[in-house]
Amino acid sequence: MSATTASQGTGPNFSSVQGHGAATMNPSRLAIRNLDFFYGDHRALKAINLDLPERQVTGMIGPSGCGKSTLLRVLNRMYDLYPGQRATGQVMMDETNIIDAKVDVNSLRARIGMVFQKPTPFPMTVSENIAFGVKLHEKLSKSAMEERIEWSLTRAALWGEVKDRLHSSAMGLSGGQQQRLCIARTIAVRPEVILLDEPTSALDPISTLKIEELIDELKHDFTIAIVTHNMQQAARCADQVAFFYLGEMVECAPAVQIFTAPKQKRTQEYVTGRFG
Amino acid sequence: MSATMTSGTVPGPAKDERVSRSLGRRRNLSNIVIKTLCIIATVIGLALLASILFTLLYRGLGGLSLTVFTTSTLPPGSNGGLLNAIIGSLIQTVLGAAIGTPIGLMVGTYLAEYATGSVIGNAVRFVSDVLLSAPSILIGLFIYQLAVSPFGGFSGFAGCLALAVIVIPIVVRTTEDMLRLIPSTLREAVIGLGAPKWKMIVLVCYRAARQGIATGILLAVARIAGETAPLLFTSLGNLNWSLSLGKPMASLPVTIYQYAGSAFSDWVQLAWVGALLITFGVLAINIAARLLLRGAK
Repeated sequence: MSATTASQGTGPNFSSVQGHGAATMNPSRLAIRNLDFFYGDHRALKAINLDLPERQVTGMIGPSGCGKSTLLRVLNRMYDLYPGQRATGQVMMDETNIIDAKVDVNSLRARIGMVFQKPTPFPMTVSENIAFGVKLHEKLSKSAMEERIEWSLTRAALWGEVKDRLHSSAMGLSGGQQQRLCIARTIAVRPEVILLDEPTSALDPISTLKIEELIDELKHDFTIAIVTHNMQQAARCADQVAFFYLGEMVECAPAVQIFTAPKQKRTQEYVTGRFG
Repeated sequence: MSATMTSGTVPGPAKDERVSRSLGRRRNLSNIVIKTLCIIATVIGLALLASILFTLLYRGLGGLSLTVFTTSTLPPGSNGGLLNAIIGSLIQTVLGAAIGTPIGLMVGTYLAEYATGSVIGNAVRFVSDVLLSAPSILIGLFIYQLAVSPFGGFSGFAGCLALAVIVIPIVVRTTEDMLRLIPSTLREAVIGLGAPKWKMIVLVCYRAARQGIATGILLAVARIAGETAPLLFTSLGNLNWSLSLGKPMASLPVTIYQYAGSAFSDWVQLAWVGALLITFGVLAINIAARLLLRGAK
């Protein structure tokens, strides 16, 4: 189906989308049903229905203010920090509605980790950064902790660069290294879902490439959701892509389809750069 | 009208070069006047400071000797020193800071982390700021009512309490300001790992703000090291050697106050030495605070 529409040549080159091929979706890990979100009186998300397929990457795109980051912040209850923000509806993980007030948010956040737009290293050493999150949820012996630190840094493709400076301050790393440290810190807690909120928008192209390769590698073990303003990035990384506009989810489909044969006119206009 | 607005020609009469030149001259002139006034004001301010420091050095250095540090205050003419005042000042300053700092830290933390935008938070912040600029003699009187008259006498401990009350609002303000400088993204990153809020504050926020907070504490110490008024009604001063917190206790500022106005030249000389010691002590603390803050950047 895609060959003819792709050759119309209205948008950027999405040839790499083909790499994700068949576009069959795994069973859902997080099922979002009829989700509304409010900043005070402002309804920022409107009746969202979306499934995050297990061990696949869901890209979330849309113009600024469309609600994609808001949705991400609902998924690990980050909005709990701010009075006046609330969500209604369901986000089902296994048999639990995770936006229910009774859910223990600290253990939820251990299962659903988040990486932010700007690198946020803690003001401590590289290994302390990793150990910080692990110690919150597990009691490990010193050697087991060292093993975990090496494992997570290796998974985040950072071990080679920092193995000789584990005990120096993480603030001294480059921006790209800091962001990979944040990813390592998140996976060290062994979450099931990783939320990435524009993880490369503050990084140079080389660091961006490394993070994208990393996402490709991590999806073998983790369910990933990534918010991005960069449509090539969504095309390169995501298995399925959801397009948001003015608080609504306009369309969610396999990446190939979103970028080559979107069903909705607004999606078509956005991915071809007509607005946004 | 609307045609000229859109066609790119500027409305109004043509530009007159002479007018714009005379406007330029006037601007240059006012620039020179303002700049000169600023320089004169700076010279006056600096000259005053320099003359204070010079007078201190000139009058104080002459009386500086080992006896000052080894002997307590003695009757006039018997070659006394300032040992009891120095030790008394150290004890009261350190204890005052030790009592006031934790309270100030906690209040500042409450304001920055728990009470943002709340009515109670705003009220606490307002009261703390009022306390920050309250005349210190009032604080002395307050502690007098609270810890001197009910217990039947002046005491070093009451002096510590009065100094602690001065420390609290300073530490509150710097702690709150420094914690507020921490970006919300860092807080969210800690919370996002599943950390409870208190761990976020204690393990990450304090660490991120530690240099700024420590600077605030040092500045508070510098402030109370030179306070006289709150001690007049509390620790009173003591011409004899005493380390007891339950009895009146000597301090450098109060000794200066008592000696500087006396009729005995050796006492007046010691007052100058005391003033010199306090000034350079406070100067050293301020320099340390600056170095600390520079390290933070």
